[in-house]
Amino acid sequence: MSVSVQEMDFDAGKEIAALYAGAQDVGAVASFVGVVRGLHEIFPVAADDTPSSHSLTLEHYPGMTEAALEAIVAKANSRWSLHKVRVIHRVGKLQIGEQIVFVGVAAAHRGEAFAACEFIMDYLKTQAPFWKKETDENGTRWVDAKDSDDNAAERWQ
Amino acid sequence: MSIKVLFFGGIRERLGVASTIIALPTDVLTVADLRDHLAAQGDGWLALAQTKNLRAAVNQTMAAMDLAISDDDEIAFFPPVTGG
Repeated sequence: MSVSVQEMDFDAGKEIAALYAGAQDVGAVASFVGVVRGLHEIFPVAADDTPSSHSLTLEHYPGMTEAALEAIVAKANSRWSLHKVRVIHRVGKLQIGEQIVFVGVAAAHRGEAFAACEFIMDYLKTQAPFWKKETDENGTRWVDAKDSDDNAAERWQ
Repeated sequence: MSIKVLFFGGIRERLGVASTIIALPTDVLTVADLRDHLAAQGDGWLALAQTKNLRAAVNQTMAAMDLAISDDDEIAFFPPVTGG
């Protein structure tokens, strides 16, 4: 199981350990954890704010989401020689500071581990069907996609 | 010919519809034709014509607007994705 879409939190340490457990040919494990950020330009968090009213809700396209993530992992595997890859993306309601996404890659050397980890995140940002909605005391708002994310994915082509 | 159409994100919210099954006129041949056909119903459906960089998937794979659609396809319309 290399891909999971779930509401529950994950233990990044355990996920990293599982990427090279028992392996003889792994020399590098690169990982990325995305965290729900509170300093959004639209709904800035005031210095005296209590963060409880701020949250992020993630909607996705069940079925396609898993397939899209599997396709991105397959693309990374065809591009680099990788031992193991793990992608976890959370959905549902998340609070500021919570983990939202995990990407871990184990390989023989750091070059391919770093590159594949970044490649997977860049493609996930533009190809996996997730949509973020922000909520605070002023209301709710769908988060706009960024051109910089498209540019990040394009540089791998 | 009938197809299943799904909507996500801000488009789903504006339409108030998550999915629908529709019978297609014979002149609807591509994803773009379907978008225009639905948007022509007016009101909330105009979201399909007004969403900047509208994206689509056919049978759960990202699809270009000029892709041909056929019977029993599952077509989804949504804004650019914002995961990660």
